[in-house]
Amino acid sequence: MKLLTHNLLSSHVPGLRPGGGFPLRIEAAEVRVRPVPFNAAFVSRLVPRLRWEALREAAESLGRPSELPPEPLPDYEADEEFLRRLHHVLLEVEVLEGSLQCPDSGRRFPISRGVPNMLLSEDQ
Amino acid sequence: RSSRVVEIQSQMSERAVELLGLPEDRPCLLLDVGCGSGLSGDYISEEGHYWIGMDISPAMLDVAVEREVEGDLLLADVGHGIPFRPGMFDGCISISAVQWLCNADKKSHSPPKRLYRFFSTLYTALARGSRAVLQLYPENSEQLELITAQAMRAGFTGGMVVDYPNSTKAKKFFLCLFVGTSGTLPKGLGTECANEEQHQAKFTNERTRFRNIKGKSVKKSRDWILEKKERRRRQGKEVRPDTKYTGRKRRPHF
Repeated sequence: MKLLTHNLLSSHVPGLRPGGGFPLRIEAAEVRVRPVPFNAAFVSRLVPRLRWEALREAAESLGRPSELPPEPLPDYEADEEFLRRLHHVLLEVEVLEGSLQCPDSGRRFPISRGVPNMLLSEDQ
Repeated sequence: RSSRVVEIQSQMSERAVELLGLPEDRPCLLLDVGCGSGLSGDYISEEGHYWIGMDISPAMLDVAVEREVEGDLLLADVGHGIPFRPGMFDGCISISAVQWLCNADKKSHSPPKRLYRFFSTLYTALARGSRAVLQLYPENSEQLELITAQAMRAGFTGGMVVDYPNSTKAKKFFLCLFVGTSGTLPKGLGTECANEEQHQAKFTNERTRFRNIKGKSVKKSRDWILEKKERRRRQGKEVRPDTKYTGRKRRPHF
């Protein structure tokens, strides 16, 4: 699971209050870095969609010092160094084993071989 | 996997992405519902877009992992909802998956409920102005109606695009859904050819056209302009009619 996916993912356990499913808390047992070709235009267009604080927390929770500033830099579209660092955090760092925990319900979703298991039980 | 099956999947993925009508030369973030082993995802990656895939089969996802697909994968049942924050995706495709939501299972919710949960959460997860293109094999017209009705209930506009409606073998259904805009539904393939040939006499002043080594028209030539306009028509975009003025040389001040 990439951190981009994690930043967009919201728990769909029924009955949560609005926004109660985000962000999922990452418990990572195995993390890997896999290079991905950099595309400045794509990364730049992602910035308005991201929850920045959740992204920094996620990077920190993976035991990696966060290379991201407290907020997106002004004029980030033209700042290649900033975009490259963001690209690395969003697309190149993957959680292979571990789990995601829904903040409101406490429900855990295991991650295996990089794939989170979001299946709910039948009565949900 | 037989290569013919793979080829058909690939063609359907290509058509689905075409029907998305994405802006040219802009990498987008797409959702692939029922991504399976990642065949459709591979096509999305080839087109320069990024994707997140969802599938209910752990075995298929294992294959996708083995194949090292570029998209990120989730094991999930889309009948329980699309678990993303609002407005995150630039588009959604699905190849041969949505009809599975119609299967009644005494343990789980009824098909209309599952379909509605799927469509309403998908609607939320998509950005305004984007589309969902869902290729499916409906069992019968009742199933088609059920699926379309739940999609409309969830807020989507749009409808069914049918390619090659007169061929039992080649006929394909694409549910083409718009979020927040009332777009023009794209034309199905193979719907006009038969009629046109019979009712119109074609007069052509065909001179030899110049094409480059790849067999494509030289960029910005009249041919290239006409092809681009036709491409955009197939995507359901509004395009000015082709006239004798199309692609004519303008005065030097342009």
